[in-house]
Amino acid sequence: MNTKQEIFPLAMFRELEAYIKSLNINREDPRRKETLIQTLHKAQSIWGYLPEPVQRYIADRYGISHAEVSGVISFYNYFTTTRKGDVQISVCMGTACYVNGAEQVLKEFERLLKIKSGEVTPDGRFSLDSLRCVGACGLAPVVLIGDRVYGKVRPEKVAEILEDYLVQVGAKEEQVYA
Amino acid sequence: MPEIDSVAALKEAQRQFQPLLGARLSEQEATTVRRTVLICSSTGCRASDSQEIAANLQRLIAERGLETQIQVTITGCFGFCEQGPIVEVLPDDVFYVRVKPTDAQEIFEQHLLNNQPVERLLYTDPTTGKKIATQHEIPFYKLQKRIVLRNCGRINPEDIREYIAVGGYQALAKALTEMTPEQVIDEIKRSGLRGRGGAGFPTGQKWQFARAYPGKEKFIVCNADEGDPGAFMNRSVMEGDAHSVIEGMAIAGYAIGAKRGYVYIRAEYPLAVERLRLAIGQARELGLLGQNILGSGFDFDIDIRLGAGAFVCGEETALLNSIEGERGEPRNKPPFPAQSGLWGQPTNVNNVGTLANVPAILMNGAEWFSAVGTATSKGTKEFALAGKINNVGLIEVPMGTTLRQIIYDIGGGVRGGGTFKAVQTGGPSGGCIPAQFLDTPIDYESLRAIGSMMGSGGMIVMNDRDCMVNIARFYLEFTVDESCGRCLPCRIGNKRMYEILTRITEGKGSEEDLIELRELAETIIDTSLCGLGQTAPNPVLSTMKYFWDEYEAHVKEKRCPAGVCAKLVRYQIDPAKCIGCTACARVCPVGAISGAVKQTHVIDQNVCIKCGACMTKCKFAAISKS
Repeated sequence: MNTKQEIFPLAMFRELEAYIKSLNINREDPRRKETLIQTLHKAQSIWGYLPEPVQRYIADRYGISHAEVSGVISFYNYFTTTRKGDVQISVCMGTACYVNGAEQVLKEFERLLKIKSGEVTPDGRFSLDSLRCVGACGLAPVVLIGDRVYGKVRPEKVAEILEDYLVQVGAKEEQVYA
Repeated sequence: MPEIDSVAALKEAQRQFQPLLGARLSEQEATTVRRTVLICSSTGCRASDSQEIAANLQRLIAERGLETQIQVTITGCFGFCEQGPIVEVLPDDVFYVRVKPTDAQEIFEQHLLNNQPVERLLYTDPTTGKKIATQHEIPFYKLQKRIVLRNCGRINPEDIREYIAVGGYQALAKALTEMTPEQVIDEIKRSGLRGRGGAGFPTGQKWQFARAYPGKEKFIVCNADEGDPGAFMNRSVMEGDAHSVIEGMAIAGYAIGAKRGYVYIRAEYPLAVERLRLAIGQARELGLLGQNILGSGFDFDIDIRLGAGAFVCGEETALLNSIEGERGEPRNKPPFPAQSGLWGQPTNVNNVGTLANVPAILMNGAEWFSAVGTATSKGTKEFALAGKINNVGLIEVPMGTTLRQIIYDIGGGVRGGGTFKAVQTGGPSGGCIPAQFLDTPIDYESLRAIGSMMGSGGMIVMNDRDCMVNIARFYLEFTVDESCGRCLPCRIGNKRMYEILTRITEGKGSEEDLIELRELAETIIDTSLCGLGQTAPNPVLSTMKYFWDEYEAHVKEKRCPAGVCAKLVRYQIDPAKCIGCTACARVCPVGAISGAVKQTHVIDQNVCIKCGACMTKCKFAAISKS
């Protein structure tokens, strides 16, 4: 998957443009950056990450420099400038999950997927991450696969959960812009 | 729905919406509903398919055409997350736990049609083994007092009419029509309400400052960036009763002279964001947000701003930078936000819990609120109980309740029978409190005196199988990740502390390391710019203070007493117990275990990666770690 020369469908930019237009940004207003983080959220929801052309596009629409946009992106953990896998797996490493064995769960995912936390499988199918507390501490340790929450996960259940997800959800194609 | 443009219209709306409460009403003449089924639809219970339970019940009720007699309503969090999904049937007050979608049929036929509660779905008291039918008899609820969570688990969070029916927005009406802003501030001051985000600054005083400073425009900001791992109080309030926060913000806006409010909320809480957005939309539609609220001439509206995964944005000045669309780095204080906040204008920042208290205080009076709690800390506090505790969940207790009452009476004690070692409060800014302080009545001052802090309310219980050095390392790892990097003590100091702690947990630490650790901690506290840095060493200092023997064991004897630190652990097979079933050898991911069938197996310590898989697998308890 080569991100350098990737060409994005126009529909993606159209969706972003419609969103930005609805914000009625006044390029002279000193407070216009108020909505920048929302716009970045929107863009990341469209592309799955924030590629450079998108960053430049947003900078241009706000009338600010690309460096300013990039500075904001690099500050916040939520934003990423590299492509994630089609299926995102996040293991909660909040304290409640940690003391209930989340680390072993993460290790098991690393072993099964043969990648480290923060990486993407070579085929671009899965990415693995840890995150800090989704607030579902009653279900600790918690794993998020896509939008699905799996609770009380034990290392020996990891393979089962992956299979379950692939059967239940992974079967459906989610490629809107394909 | 027509707009509610006066206090009289609000009272009329309340009267009109009351039948929606069905069996939750004490007097039921107003409604045809015989029974109301409340189903928790907070993040935790939803993950266990609570929505499907609701859908199944609704379908069964519709099939029999009983919609006017039996009402099914989703609610916010009941708090007893450990036992979720929770379903409560009123007016019987029957409390079902761990309900599955397939149980809907039985609840419907046996209970709703034939008036026989489903015994097997009732809560079992773990000490007596007996079933408990009603909510108020369950020990988990006995010592609790709900002010902030008053509507969670009672009303449908997605329907403003239910909030109005239980008296919602009347506190705002009272403030706007019967009180001056000064009187509102005075009431809050007299109530003794202090910031529920953790630091405990008196709320009324904060409002007074923001009112006093001149500005072209003023702002109310609700800090809903609940980043402490293991804390979910704010999430539950926003998912279960967002209107109480909106109403609190509007009252605060009136008090300080602000027309605009922002809720800064974590993006990791999608359901809370959705419910909040819905609630704001409904309030606008009814004219309870917007121009000329209730005909009083007061204008106020609220916008949502999403966080993007930066813990430091829970610090109020960093949060303001983030709302402005900048990097979320803290600002120097003074000037405080009350003087120069959002875009340099006077701004008041309050936590979700603080704001949710406000309508209750105005309705019931300052004296009612200050009658609860301790000398310096009034009212109640919500806590999220998590970790090695039986009753994981969300609780609200009067200030001054002891840790023992919280952990044993409400929390049901330590899970899995291990012995209690410590409770961590205040997240990465707090500390670990050992057993000797279990009888401390908790308030802002008492927790600080024993080296921790109230924090936003996360309480994580640890037992004898948790290594306190490793826990300190865990929090430092978090802080290092989340330090914004603006000031040096936090950026580099915490990193050095983390490295030292890592060394110690790997058996490479020296006694000098312990001295350096303490010096670094004190320097970071003294010299960091914001609350994150100033409190980051607390987990280290408190564990060093109360669990010094564990640090010594790691450093002097290269031993982890709890058996957690992987590099200090050895897995061994007991030849007397091993029957040679080969299960361990097959599960070992690195092939470190050798031995023929029916022969004693041996672990090669040089190859072993200490994953513990063999120990979990062995059915004969032949593998132990030391």
